[in-house]
Amino acid sequence: MAYERSERTGAEDDADTALALKVLVAGGFGVGKTTLVGAVSEIRPLRTEERLSRAGELVDDTGGVDRKTTTTVAMDFGRITIRSGLSLYLFGTPGQDRFWFLWDELSQGALGAVVLADTRRLEDCFPAVDYFEHRRIPFVIAVNCFTGARAYGAHDVSRALDLDRGTPVVLCDARDRDSGKEVLIRLVEYAGRMHTARLLDTVG
Amino acid sequence: MNEHSAGGDPSVPGGRWYDSDAGPLVRPYAMTGGRTKPGPGNVRFDLIALVVVDDDPPGPAEESLLGPEHRSLLALCRAETQSVAELAADADLPVGVVRVLLGDLLESGFVRVSRPVPPARLPDERILREVIDGLRAL
Repeated sequence: MAYERSERTGAEDDADTALALKVLVAGGFGVGKTTLVGAVSEIRPLRTEERLSRAGELVDDTGGVDRKTTTTVAMDFGRITIRSGLSLYLFGTPGQDRFWFLWDELSQGALGAVVLADTRRLEDCFPAVDYFEHRRIPFVIAVNCFTGARAYGAHDVSRALDLDRGTPVVLCDARDRDSGKEVLIRLVEYAGRMHTARLLDTVG
Repeated sequence: MNEHSAGGDPSVPGGRWYDSDAGPLVRPYAMTGGRTKPGPGNVRFDLIALVVVDDDPPGPAEESLLGPEHRSLLALCRAETQSVAELAADADLPVGVVRVLLGDLLESGFVRVSRPVPPARLPDERILREVIDGLRAL
């Protein structure tokens, strides 16, 4: 395969030295995923034509449309360039349950995830929390503090979600760039800690 | 695409669909000859796999045989090293189609693709530190 060549020399060897990191932004419908991605990066829509999973077909009303097997899924994604050759890519995961199968691809090799939560309907983020816990993908809960929503402390949210000890909960404003940056910083720090802990686990 | 109303509403007398409101002129997988998976090499392109032009590409004669979508992808790759996701967004093509087209370009030696990130492997601490500092400086 072309990328297996090893004896390459030269500074232009971008693909072999460049590093791309993937962060997922998950959470219920209307919780501010697109807003958050847009606040910290230049946002672009991404289309995928996907074959509907068997589970999806049950939900998708295909009555009257004979054998509709693919569907278009739109995702938001943004890129933050740290330096030349080091970028962070953010993917807003599609909210609807029938697109779970897309999450598996998205979470492959992901550095971690941000789960956005709204305290007025906290239950909307349960599926995302379950998903990342089961797959041992480091995640932080970012509570989007909508105006008018009753304020809860990070500790209350952590207890209500029954999070594993150490899972960070950050209060944020998804519209605000600095706030969004802080969420990402907390995630990267946490992902680093998780990684180190796992390395120690395998050694000991 | 019901949410686009700029081109006029065809349900209103005299309304017409224009441009993208009328839907794609070519069904997406027509550009790939109906193939939905990349060629025999069976490469699975990750969304953040980076694509660069090969520094020893085939000659102009072979390039002239490429289809317009292959060529526009190649042009995007030449402009900048980009991820599969960015190429799909910039070319305004679905990811699945772009994967097939990139598979062709890879097999014919026009481009190279970065190794996919192995799952459950994180970059070293130095890189993470760099990311954190970079985010602070944004």
